[in-house]
Amino acid sequence: MSEIKKFLYVNRKAPYGTIYAWESLEVVLIGAAFDQDVTLAFVDDGVYQIVKGTDTAGIEMKNFSPTYTALGDYDIKKIYVEKESLEKRGLTVDDLLDLKWEDEDEDWAEKDSIHVVSSAELADIMDDADITLSF
Amino acid sequence: MLHTVNKSPFEKDSLAACLRMSKDGCAILLIEDAVYAATDGTAVSDQIKEAMKTKSVYALKPDVDARGMSGKVIDGIELIDYAGFVSLVADQNSTQSWL
Repeated sequence: MSEIKKFLYVNRKAPYGTIYAWESLEVVLIGAAFDQDVTLAFVDDGVYQIVKGTDTAGIEMKNFSPTYTALGDYDIKKIYVEKESLEKRGLTVDDLLDLKWEDEDEDWAEKDSIHVVSSAELADIMDDADITLSF
Repeated sequence: MLHTVNKSPFEKDSLAACLRMSKDGCAILLIEDAVYAATDGTAVSDQIKEAMKTKSVYALKPDVDARGMSGKVIDGIELIDYAGFVSLVADQNSTQSWL
């Protein structure tokens, strides 16, 4: 088996107005299927991708919000959201999807996947990645 | 005159350009990613509220709903559906799209 690399997916676009958010999510799921170490970052308008309460019936597009809630099943549990981006948009963590993962080592206890971090903390996370994919 | 804006105010300056180059009494319709400009508590909310004193501001409800923003729309912004969009275009003598 080849070496596991740290993949970082940086999401900076709002959903639905462009295809970036959906394309990113598809690539994330593919990467996860190959047992790589996956981290997601949501910054700038990317924070809008994981806002809860979306209803796309009126625009006749597939609502891909439920897919984010499945990320925990793919062992994707490192989801970082930039605090500064949320604040600029009048959002808090309470506006975001409640994304969880189950910790096998603690009797499958449900834990939060989303971590709100500062720009400086994200800089460290970005610096730490082996491969960065930008959307 | 009707102005439509379809870009997020945090990614492009389409909204700022629209606000700068539109006249009192005009209608401004926020669609697609521009509906984020219709939400309260953001870095651009004050600009929209200022514009609302002299201009009519609308947002396309299907786009607001799709983005989970229906509970955050600024008081006084009228939410319209696709039929309302058509009426707005038909009622105005011209339309400018700020892309």
